[in-house]
Parts: sequence; structure tokens; C-alpha cells
Amino acid sequence: MSTAAGPGSRLGDVRSGSAWATFRRGLALSPEITQGLTPTLLLALVATAGRVVVPIAVQQTIDDGLNAAGGPDLGFVRWMVGLAAVGVVITVVAAYLMNRRIFRASEAGLATLRTKAFRHVHDLSVLTQDTERRGSLVSRVTSDVDTISQFVQWGGLIMLVSIGQLILATIVMAVYSWQLTLLVWVCFLPLFLALRTFQRMLSSAYMVVRERVGGMLGAISESVVGAQAVRAYAVEGRTQQRIDDAVESHRVAASRAQRLAATAFSTGEVVAGLANAAIIVVGVLLGVAGDITLGRLLAFLFLVTLFVAPVQVGTEVLSEAQNAIAGWRRVLGILDTPADVADPGEDGVRLPRGPIDVRFEGVSYAYPNGPTVLHEVDVAIARHTRVAVVGETGSGKTTFAKLLTRLMDPVHGRVLVDGTDLRDVRFASLRERVVMVPQEGFLFDDTLAANLRYGKPEATDEELLLAVTELGLREWLDSLPAGLETPVGQRGESLSAGERQLVALARAYLADPDLLVLDEATSAVDPATEVRLARALEGVSRGRTSVTIAHRLSTAEAADEVFVFDRGRLVEAGPHAELVDKGGVYAALHAAWVSQSR
Amino acid sequence: MRDERQATLREGVRILVRAMRDEPVILGIAVAGSAVYGLATVATAEVIGRVTDRVIVPAFRDGETTTGALALAALAIMVTSLVKAAGIVVRRYFAGLGQYLLNARYRRQVSRQYLRLPLSWHHQHSTGKLLSNANADVESSFWPIAPLPFALGVVVMLVFALVSMFLADPALALVGALLFPAILLLNFFYQRRLSPLATRAQALRAELSGVAHESFDGAMVVKALGREAAETARFAKVAGQLRDANAAVGRVRGAFDPMLDALPNLGVLAVLIIGSVRVADGSLAAGTLVQVAYLLTITAFPIRAIGFVLGELPRASVGWRRVRAVLDATGALPHGTDRLSASGDDGAAHLGLHDVGYSYVEGTPVLDGVHLDVEPGRTVAVVGSTGSGKSTLASLLVRLVDPVSGAVLLDGTDLRRLEPGQVAAAVSLVFQQPFIFEDSVRDNVTLGLTVPDDDVWAALRLAQGDRFVHELAGELDARIGERGATLSGGQRQRLALARALVRKPRLLVLDDATSAVDPEVERRILAGLRDAALPSTVVVVAYRRATIALADEVVYVENGRVSARGSHPELLTTSPGYRDLITAYERDAVERAMAGTNQEKRS
Ligand SMILES: Nc1ncnc2c1ncn2[C@@H]1O[C@H](COP(=O)(O)OP(=O)(O)OP(=O)(O)O)[C@@H](O)[C@H]1O
Ligand SMILES: Nc1ncnc2c1ncn2[C@@H]1O[C@H](COP(=O)(O)OP(=O)(O)OP(=O)(O)O)[C@@H](O)[C@H]1O
Ligand SMILES: [Mg+2]
Ligand SMILES: [Mg+2]
Repeated sequence: MSTAAGPGSRLGDVRSGSAWATFRRGLALSPEITQGLTPTLLLALVATAGRVVVPIAVQQTIDDGLNAAGGPDLGFVRWMVGLAAVGVVITVVAAYLMNRRIFRASEAGLATLRTKAFRHVHDLSVLTQDTERRGSLVSRVTSDVDTISQFVQWGGLIMLVSIGQLILATIVMAVYSWQLTLLVWVCFLPLFLALRTFQRMLSSAYMVVRERVGGMLGAISESVVGAQAVRAYAVEGRTQQRIDDAVESHRVAASRAQRLAATAFSTGEVVAGLANAAIIVVGVLLGVAGDITLGRLLAFLFLVTLFVAPVQVGTEVLSEAQNAIAGWRRVLGILDTPADVADPGEDGVRLPRGPIDVRFEGVSYAYPNGPTVLHEVDVAIARHTRVAVVGETGSGKTTFAKLLTRLMDPVHGRVLVDGTDLRDVRFASLRERVVMVPQEGFLFDDTLAANLRYGKPEATDEELLLAVTELGLREWLDSLPAGLETPVGQRGESLSAGERQLVALARAYLADPDLLVLDEATSAVDPATEVRLARALEGVSRGRTSVTIAHRLSTAEAADEVFVFDRGRLVEAGPHAELVDKGGVYAALHAAWVSQSR
Repeated sequence: MRDERQATLREGVRILVRAMRDEPVILGIAVAGSAVYGLATVATAEVIGRVTDRVIVPAFRDGETTTGALALAALAIMVTSLVKAAGIVVRRYFAGLGQYLLNARYRRQVSRQYLRLPLSWHHQHSTGKLLSNANADVESSFWPIAPLPFALGVVVMLVFALVSMFLADPALALVGALLFPAILLLNFFYQRRLSPLATRAQALRAELSGVAHESFDGAMVVKALGREAAETARFAKVAGQLRDANAAVGRVRGAFDPMLDALPNLGVLAVLIIGSVRVADGSLAAGTLVQVAYLLTITAFPIRAIGFVLGELPRASVGWRRVRAVLDATGALPHGTDRLSASGDDGAAHLGLHDVGYSYVEGTPVLDGVHLDVEPGRTVAVVGSTGSGKSTLASLLVRLVDPVSGAVLLDGTDLRRLEPGQVAAAVSLVFQQPFIFEDSVRDNVTLGLTVPDDDVWAALRLAQGDRFVHELAGELDARIGERGATLSGGQRQRLALARALVRKPRLLVLDDATSAVDPEVERRILAGLRDAALPSTVVVVAYRRATIALADEVVYVENGRVSARGSHPELLTTSPGYRDLITAYERDAVERAMAGTNQEKRS
């Protein structure tokens, strides 16, 4: 699948720059492809040379064997054909060696390219990742790379061999008769020129097909991913209708492309027929005039067959080349998209472990092409403090948390950790010290233990159990049928929503950060468990700084300090009791909470 | 191993037969076109041979020729090549048409199954697998259909080619009689070596895609825990395996392709040796020699079509096996023919659960002997600790799954006995985790139901979602990205709530549907629901007092059973578990306050 980038996509397609530039950049990024290219090309030369052996042998047999001056010379024929056979065998060996080299080099190069691109996707900010459908990101490191490998190993090879074959055939022809050579080229040249036009038509047809594949996959995936919603609202009919429409429109587009391809393919045959007819008419006239031998004329019929294959597959090869270039562009597009929230790498600051303090200085944020959703936030979080962040939905709490953990960089202002701008801190150090748990606990399709261990791969089972016990979740764990070995299902869907959050929290807890940021991380957990968790975290996080976003204000009551957001502004900050007395936004929120929870 | 291969081959042939039966006319035309092509190919060589003998050789010998002879020769060559080209167009176009028709037919069937099969079936299959069943697996099942007519036409071609050669010269025909089987045999070995390697590469490609998908899906977690390097290593490992698998494919292809290219050439050389002896002793015309050599040259490539089909068969049968697994899956929720009484249409529904049990994994019941009776118009709160089975209960009410034991009754009728569509028309569930379609706001609310925009707005207002929708560019027409990525958590929930409300359900089930909404907004939503005096029975899964306060009755679920039911104050006194759960915040606040005063006293 290679669905086009969505309208809001921020990933480049490297549209600018010629195909040639793309090709060069692509090769530069996978150096394995060009390593040892010279021997490969030499082998290619030998391999193509074999293609003209048969026409030459035909000519020799007739002219110098059967029609030899002193009557048929069978000894010469045997000798010459034997030599030709040796030539054919050498060709086979050369072609084999060439193929091997090409396959090995291209596969090695493309594996490197894939892996580089994959890594770069993870280096992009969450925001850039979110502008692109997941499926499209996946296709950029899978099927798009496959189109390149397919081209290099099939179309590209054919192109290489075809060009060599055309050149050699033309040379042999020119030696035999320049008049007939001209004739053959006059027949085929328009077709070679038309190839581009055919190919353009074909590739726009295939473009439509690809777009429809994307639409079709989207429609089908709704019936799979949204199966619950589809079922609960009995919208099977509507969903099926959409799928049927998408499948049908894909079929129509594919059939249209097929009609073009079939027509383009067959023109090679027609032109070959034309060329053969012309060769015979003109060749016989030349022969009557004594300008060509019988063997040479007949050899032309064999040489023309060497022209047919290149024009027949020419359109397909060109389309493939174009697909490959497009695929290559999409892969390079990833690598060319700057990692907007970049790791300073080696030059970055390494923060020593230990309690953390944070300061926001005039921080503003706007999502790309959106209004400002966070205005001029100035606030400090001292070491060892437990901060609760509250506010209406959409007021910017999650945005605040993402800036705090450097999932995004502020548009204005800066965020300082232990006095260092977050942008200057090495990721390796930052992620070790600052961990955020988002609301929707994403779990990998593996066992519970594997998921818990995700942030700390070296943790032993004992450590896992200890952490679970410390968080007061041991009883829950023991109630699961297979304990730590319970499979959680894809995205964790074999657990209940609350259980998923418990696992995500325990996972972050095991990673043992110095600043723990919880964004509604226990929103689906029952009150008793939540309170138990909060207490456990407090107990062990004495000394740890924590920021907790929650709609359940019990968290705020227990926090050292409360930050209140309202429509993108930090409107109040202070201890719970103080804010309640103040009678502002927080007091109102709290009153609503109290009236609902007690 | 051998048996398995034969089984695969048999299965592959069955797919071909099935395809021919499904699209007999289209594929028949393609085969006919291909046969014409095969005949024309043989005819081309015949024409070249005759022209050589009757026109070219005499002209060279005599030093003169006639316009008539030349014109006839040119015409004959042109006509055969036009016929051949026409055969190619028909063959390729109709073969493609057939292939796409088959793909479309089975894609529709597969997706129908997805929509028909119960959720429990969906739970057992990963999203990625199901998507590839409908796409890649269907495609590879019918991939051999494209070269099939070609291959059948080639069989015709081979028969005629041998006949034509025997008629021309039995000695030369012997070369063909040896060469053709040799090419077929080589092809056969080629495909036998290649197909397991190709299948492995295919499997690795799917695996790689699965790794990338999961990794990008969880990109946020990867980032939050700084695991980019580990994820890259995981990906690089599979990418490396795929590289090696592809290189293995390449080694086989790289060896066999040149050999297949070379065989016909060696055949032509053999014809030249044998033929020139016979031409020299006068028992053969030069034209016949040329004819046979030419025939071998131009049939060399088409013969490989048989290999193309054979080579695709293993992959096709793997794909087809997966498609079949979906098509043959049973266990769709059976429907009855009963309808809910018409009189009850606008009123609230009566809900009954009789001794309901459910388990995801056999032997570990999630729900067990649940009894519940909810009179029309009443609101029941379902309360229980994390993982106690509340969502499972909710999904039983809209019949996402059927109970393993017992029955769910709506107005006294077992859900299983109702006509399709009846349950959804009467019951709406708001999921704990809202699913947002990649669509406009309007379509996300209506899901195709034809309702005026006023009603959509009314529902949004009730869900407290009108304000943020007004702020979106395009309002109801605003498009929402994949899984609602551009909305905040609370905004997604309110959209999902509006979706249920716009249907004016007779039974409304809210599964913790306001967890991501702040207390103030939640208060407004609840007040709205109360004031709207919905003509519905409401089942609400909740923890918050305010939500529970809406309820006429509370059901406390513990270990998969209803352990207590009654009014909230009753349960507070009768059920210690309930009390612990519900008063957790208060107790916490009190304990903290006490700890605080203690500390103050101490200091
Ligand atoms: N990826 C995004 N692209 C564009 N706008 C966004 C994006 N994410 C959030 N927003 C917008 O930014 C604003 C603040 O969102 P944010 O997620 O920070 O709110 P929140 O306070 O966390 O809300 P909630 O309590 O519902 O989670 C909202 O208006 C939201 O629509
Ligand atoms: N698809 C599944 N496969 C296997 N087990 C499952 C599946 N879905 C849920 N479970 C298990 O069934 C039990 C009940 O899950 P359910 O989602 O009904 O809980 P819940 O009461 O809604 O919890 P929460 O309050 O966290 O939403 C849990 O222990 C969970 O692990
Ligand atoms: Mg949020
Ligand atoms: Mg639940």
C-alpha cells in the first residue's frame, strides 16, 4: 500500500528535485548499492553480448557454411556453432554472477535505508507523527522500499540488459547492412518515443489505482478497527456499502489501467511485424542488387526479435521506475523531514540523577496552523513537589504536559530542568529522568511481564513483582488467570480499560524516573484503587517530583501545589487550601467536584 | 515435505478451477485470445519459412523478384502479426479483468464476514492480519489468474509448434521435442526451489509490516520511555532476515533465469548443426531450417508462462487458505424473527438479565449468574472495581456478545430472538473508549442515520459538545483525523455521547462515558440528561457520586456477580465493598486532614 500523504501531512515527499537527484540521494543513503558497481557492469556487458550470438551464428551458417564459396562447409559450421555454444555458456555464468551481485548489493542497501527511515520516524515529534496516518508511515518503511527493490531487481535489470542488447544488436546490424539498420530504427523509433507517452498515461492510471487502494483499505479497516462501534450502532449496512463502493471503484480503476497496459504491450508485436515485412521487401531488393547476403538478411529477422522485448516491457519498466522513484521520494521524505524536536546528541547536557526542578519561562504554544492554545505560562516546580494540574477539557493540560516532557517544543519561551533548557538535554538522559504516562495506556501485544519490563528491560521477575506490590496491585495481579504471563492482546485489548492504565503506570514506575508526569493516567481506575495508587506513589516518591493531571480533584487535594488552567492560560497556582479560600476558578471546580463525589 | 508440496499443488489447481467457474465468460475469452495468440506465433514462423523458400531464396539465387511476390510476403507477415497482437490484447485485458473481478468478489465476501462475525471472533484476530486477509491474501490467491490464460494458450502453441515442426522436418522436430520438455522441466525445478523461499520472504514482509505498525502505533510510549534504539533494533532484526530471504530468492532467480534464457539458444544452435547437414545433402530446404530456428527463438519466452503460473501457486494456496479461514468462520450471532412490540416504540424499554454468565477464556468466568431487572424509565448505576466485568456487562446489553449462559431480555424478549437491527434501534451504548471514524463531525454523530442538523446540534448540546464543534472550522462538516487524533480526550467522549443521544434510544447504556470530562462539564451533562427527561431506561457505569445520584437503583458488581443492589444509601450501609469503593476519596481526604492536623500539632 502506498497511500498518498494526507492533506495535513507534514512529511515531505521531496517533490522538488528531479528524478535524477532523488536517485543520487537515494544511492548516497544506501552506499551498499553502489559498492563494487564496476565489476557488476562489466559482467552485464558480457551477459548482454550473449544475446547476439544466435543471429550471428545463423548468418555465419548460411553465408560461410552452406553458401560457402567452395560448396557447403560443414566443418566450419560445426566449429563455429561449437564456439557459439561456448559463448552462450559464458553468458550464463556472467549473468548469474551479475544477478547475484545486484541482488545482494541492493538488498543490503535497502535494508539499511529501511532501518534508517524507521529510526527517523521515531525521532520525529509526536505531532509530526500524528499528521500522518499510521498505515502510511508503515508503508514508507515497507512497501515503498519494496517498490525500489522490485525495480532494481526486475525493471532495472531489464532496462540495463535491454539497453545493452539494443546497442549490440544495432552494431551487428550496422555491420551487416546500414540500409536495413536504418529501416529497423525507422520502424521502432516512433515506438520508443511513444513509450514515454504511454508510460505517462499508464502511470496516471496506476496513480488512481493506488489512491483507490488506500481508500479501500481505509474502508475495510473501519469494519475491523471499529467493529464494536459498527456492531453497537448496527451500521453494518452503511459500512458494507462504503466497502463495496471502494472495492468497486478500485476494480474499475485497475481494469482501466489494464486496458492501457495490454494495448501498450501489443504494439511491440505490430511494429515487429511491420519491421519484418519491410526488411523482407527492402532486403530482397538489396539482395537482387547484390548489396546484402542471404545470411545477413535472415539474421536481421532474428535481430529484430531483440527489439521486441524492450519495447514490450518498456512501458512497464518505465512505470516501475517511476513507482520506484516515487517510493524512494517517500522514504527520503521521512529522512528529509527535520526531527523538529531534535536530540542534541553528543553535544547535549547530561543531567545527573536526583530530584528535579522545572521552570516554565514565558511559554506559549500553538499546534501547527492552529490558534495559540497555551499563553505565556510562567511557573516553577520546586524539587520534591507534587503538582496537580486541573482545568476544563481542552484548556491545555495535556499540551502543558507534552511541553514539560519535551514531546513538543514551545513556540515562545523555554522550559528549564535543573536550570538547563530542555532543548539542550540529551534524550538518553532526559527520558531516563522524565517519564510521562498518557491517558490511553498503549500496550504491546505481548505478555504482561514484557510490557512491564518495557522501560527497564533488565528487570527480573522479582523486581516486577516487587514494583507491582509496592503499587498495591499485587492482589489484582494474582487474580489474573496467568499472572505475569497473561497475554494482554493487541493494544492491550484483552485487559479492561482500567487494567490497561494500571499496567501503563506500573511500567513507568518501574523505569524509575525522577520526574513522573501522569496525564489522566488513572481516569478509568476505580476510586479505591486510585487512592491506593496515589498513596503508594507518594510513599515511594518522596523525593521524586511529580506532575499529575486529573479530573478527579482528590489528586489536587493531596498535592503540594495545584496549577489551574483555563482556556490556555495558567490562571491560578498554589496549595489546595489557599486556592479554595481564594474563591476563583479552582474553588468553583472544586465545589462541582465535591457536590458530585460526596 | 513432498506430500505437503503435492497438497499445495492440488489446492492451487483447485483455486484455478474455482476461478474459472466464478468467471467463466471473461476468463474463457482470455483463454480464447491466448489460443489465437499461440496459433499466430506458430504461424509467424511458418510464414517466415515459406517466404524464405518461395521469395527470398529464389530472389537471391535468380537475382530477380516480382512485386506481387514481395507484396504477398509483406501482407502475410503483417496479417499474422496483427492477429498475434489482437490475441495479446484480448488475453491480457480479459485476464486482468477476470483477476480484478475475482479480487473484488472475494474482498466483498471477506468484509461481509467481518461485519457478520461476532466480536469474540474479532478479539481472536489481530487487526493487521484481518486487513491483510482482505487485501494481500485475496490478491495473492488470484495472482496466478493473470498468467493462467497465457499458460493455457502456450499449451496450444506448443502442440501446434511440434506439429508444425514434424511436418517441416522430423529430424529438426526432434530438437523441439527434446527442448520443450527440457525447458518445462527446468521451469519446474526452478519454481520448486523458488517457491518456499518466496513464501518465506512474503511471510517476513508481513512480519516486518506488523513490527512497524505496532511500533508506530505505540510511538508515544516508545518516546516516553526512550526506547527508540531498542525498537530500531527489533525492526532491524526482521529487516535483516528479510534481506537475507530476498537475497536467497535472488540467488535462485539469478541462476535459473539465465539458464532458461540460454536453453532455446542452444536449441537453435543444435538446429543449425543438424539442419545444415540436411540442407547440404539436399534433403531440407533452407527456409525450413530458418522456420524451425525462428520458431524456437520466438517460443522461448512464452513457454515460461507455465512457470509463472506454477510459481505463483504455493503463494496462492497460502493466501487462499487464509481467505478460506475467514469465509468458513462460523459463529455469527444468529438472529430470530421477533420484533419488539410496536406500542413500546417511543417508550422506555424493560431490561432483564437472567442468570447471565460470560467468560473470555474458558474456565475463568468474568460474569457469573447475574440477575437484573430494570423497569422501563428507571436509571440503574453499575458500580464495581477495576476489571470486575462492567464493560463486559454493557456489551451484553447491546448484544456485542451473547452470554455463555442465561439470557438478556428486552421487553421480555431474548435478544437472540430479535430480528437483525432491532437491538441497535432500541439500545445505544457509549463506549468507555470512544471510537471516532475518520469522517466529518456530522457523520460521526449520525453514522448514516438521516436526521436533520437541528437534531444533531441538539444531541451535541446535550452532550456539552456544541461549543467546541462551533469552534472547529466547518463545524458539522469539519473532518476528524484517524481515531480523532486532533481532539482532546474529553472532546472525543462528548462526540461519542452525542452519537448515542441523537438516536433517542429506549435503553441508553453509558460505560464510564464521562471519565475524561472535567467535573463541571460532567455536571452539566448529567443535569441535561435529567432535564431532558429522556424516555429511556438508563444503565450507567460510574464511580462518581453525582452520576450514581442520578440512579434510582445501584447495582454493585463484585467478582463477576451482583453482590448487592438497592438505593445508594442502602448500599452504603449493607455492602462494605461498595462503601469502601465509593467513599475512598472522602476517607482519603479525612485521613489526610487528620495527618495534616497531627503534623501541625506536632510541629
Ligand atoms: N494534535 C493537535 N492538533 C491540533 N489541535 C490540538 C491537538 N491536540 C490538542 N489540540 C487542541 O488544543 C487544545 C488544548 O488541548 P489539550 O489536549 O491540551 O487539552 P486538555 O486540557 O488536555 O483537555 P482534556 O481534559 O480534554 O484532555 C484543544 O482545543 C484541542 O482541540
Ligand atoms: N478480550 C478479552 N480477552 C480476555 N479477557 C478479557 C477481555 N476483555 C476483558 N477481559 C477480562 O475480563 C475482565 C473484565 O473486563 P471488563 O472490561 O468487563 O472490566 P471493567 O469492569 O469494565 O473494568 P474497568 O473498570 O477497568 O473498565 C478483566 O479481568 C479483563 O482482564
Ligand atoms: Mg488532555
Ligand atoms: Mg470497563
